[in-house]
Amino acid sequence: MISEALIVSAILFVIGLIGVMTRRNAIILFMCAELMLNAVNLSFVALAKMHNVTGHVFVVMVMTIAAAEAAVGLAILISVFRHFGTVDLSSLRTLRG
Amino acid sequence: MNGFFEFHFYLFSLLAIASALLFVTRKNPVPAALWLVNVMIALAGLYVMLDAPFVGIIQVLVYAGAIMVVFVFVVMLLNLGRSGISDIRSVGPRLGAGVVGLALLANLLVVQRQKIPRIAPAPAVDNVVEGVAASLFTDYLVAFELTSLVLLVAVIGAVLLAKKRVRV
Repeated sequence: MISEALIVSAILFVIGLIGVMTRRNAIILFMCAELMLNAVNLSFVALAKMHNVTGHVFVVMVMTIAAAEAAVGLAILISVFRHFGTVDLSSLRTLRG
Repeated sequence: MNGFFEFHFYLFSLLAIASALLFVTRKNPVPAALWLVNVMIALAGLYVMLDAPFVGIIQVLVYAGAIMVVFVFVVMLLNLGRSGISDIRSVGPRLGAGVVGLALLANLLVVQRQKIPRIAPAPAVDNVVEGVAASLFTDYLVAFELTSLVLLVAVIGAVLLAKKRVRV
């Protein structure tokens, strides 16, 4: 069951990565990042079953940081929307040379 | 009893992967968020099947309950829920993402097969929560305390970034 869990974790991580690379909507990009964090959490839990419960502690830490990241990231997104009127990443081209 | 865990493990795995695929292919953010909630609840089930009931409950409470609510709230606040135009990039980036994704998946599977030693799972502990608490409040106490600081900074930063600009 542990190696199957690691395979599921790898598949979920790759789905999140493909989402980050193919979408332009910033809010969906954030959600894909959350999916990737969840995939890593799954492999932490699977390996904790193999060793000891320290993996669960790491999962709790990752969840806390993910909550902080979501709060700050979405606040930045609101700020960007106020400034540019869109969250489409291909239309934020101020720094393009 | 063991068969029960195995069966539900595979059930929740399939549910998680199918929901994740549906999540990345929705063009509207609201259905995407709801499919992501589905992924997270399936993952909570997987955690329970992997002898981590505490992490499973925290997953439902924090991820499905709190973080996704913030996402849906921001979608509502910015009025993004009705966009008819697809935001998926053109064929070139899609092909690139597919190639990179397949390469990473192959890499992860090979590493998983070769580098992780095959040892038998540790015997199931009676009270996992006790072990987590003992570890969290002794060995990782400094990290735990710093986490509260990170949350405080995040709250202040979020309020400061999202509030209306005042001209000075």
